[in-house]
Amino acid sequence: MQNLYLKNVATLKMKSELCTGCGKCLEVCPHNVFLMKDSKAVILDKDRCMECGACAKNCAFNAIEVKQGVGCAFAIIMGWLTGSEPNCDCSGNSGGSCC
Amino acid sequence: MEITSRELKTIPTTAELTFKDTLGTWKARWGIGRMTFNVDPGLYSLGKPDTDSPVLVSANYKMSFDSLRKELKGLNAWILVLDTKGINVWCAAGKGTFGTQELLNRIAIVQLEKFVAHKTVIVPQLGAPGISAHEVRKYSGFKVIYGPVKAKDLKQFIRLGMQATTEMRTVRSSLYDRLVLTPVELVGTFKISLMIFGVLFLLNLLGLGPFGVVDFYGYVGAVIVGCVITPILLPWIPGRAFAWKGWLLGFIWAIIVNVLNGWTAVPEHSILRALGYLLILPSISAFLAMNFTGSSTFTSFSGVLKEMKVAVPAIIISIVLGVVLILANTFIKL
Ligand code: SF4
Ligand code: SF4
Repeated sequence: MQNLYLKNVATLKMKSELCTGCGKCLEVCPHNVFLMKDSKAVILDKDRCMECGACAKNCAFNAIEVKQGVGCAFAIIMGWLTGSEPNCDCSGNSGGSCC
Repeated sequence: MEITSRELKTIPTTAELTFKDTLGTWKARWGIGRMTFNVDPGLYSLGKPDTDSPVLVSANYKMSFDSLRKELKGLNAWILVLDTKGINVWCAAGKGTFGTQELLNRIAIVQLEKFVAHKTVIVPQLGAPGISAHEVRKYSGFKVIYGPVKAKDLKQFIRLGMQATTEMRTVRSSLYDRLVLTPVELVGTFKISLMIFGVLFLLNLLGLGPFGVVDFYGYVGAVIVGCVITPILLPWIPGRAFAWKGWLLGFIWAIIVNVLNGWTAVPEHSILRALGYLLILPSISAFLAMNFTGSSTFTSFSGVLKEMKVAVPAIIISIVLGVVLILANTFIKL
């Protein structure tokens, strides 16, 4: 069963002129977002992207851009309340809902 | 300190989980004493590793470490535990504590090159958001190979010559995966639930509202719908936004509560009260279901933000309206 989330929101962008076709992004993406086509990586299904940032971080040629962030409502609320960047801070004591 | 002492140090470990380890995992799932759930960072030896044995990188969250080593029965391997402040690989990678810097530091501190002849480390794929493989290579000479998403595929991955299949590379959110996450969600709501009951009890004392057993099970039901039932049924509930999915099931629950109380036919259960339930109970479920986005494995920051911009105001307005209706109902009767 494929889990699907909101359409057309992910910030993932591919600058294919920089891509060398090394295939690293295909290797690290946990959601199978990329596909190799004519020795370039292309975005197969952007809606599957969860913005983990693994692809951008591991592309040695800076061909991928994505705003890395946590897809966690609890973290975002805490971010709003404390005025800081939302991050996954709750596997500590709070028994919070994240991770 | 550690970095200047050049003595070589490893910590032996095994692939066997003791009863205490298993109990620890169980406690962590229920959110009991999660704070103290770390292992010491450093280089661990599992079995009898030699200079050719693989090096597996893990986090110093005990559950990450345990779930890795229990899959390594019969293997000889090194486990390099990074200091992620007791946070699991996935979350620590997002924060950057499971990151390039810490990996480079830890390789240097344990002097990994003195233990192995090869130049590869296997990093769990879920750690990739924190690690820049090409930078690790540039600064340490070690090549990062991303292992499978699940530790249980590790043996096969090694057998295939460090090759992962697409299947091994993809995160699935199985029914079981979602199920084991629900207790912590539930426990997380206890404190706030007690506060709500406290307020209701006070209002009762002041004679403002005869909150009774219906409010109690209505609320508890809405919490269970949001924290347990929605996550479990997630892929089968129509729609995409989590808050919506929770709201939908919560709405069904609110109707059930009203019907159980004779809908509006019974005078004590007036239309105002029924409407109040229809506004409040689904909102509670929606809010809790929305919080499950943090435990799911496929929600993006942009997506959750978009969902929340609609859901949070709607939830607040709906709860306030519902409370006003129920209180108004009480006053009319007085
Ligand atoms: S990692 Fe970068 S260069 Fe390599 S295939 Fe992906 S986009 Fe292209
Ligand atoms: S951000 Fe993560 S999920 Fe999105 S494409 Fe990159 S690796 Fe895949």
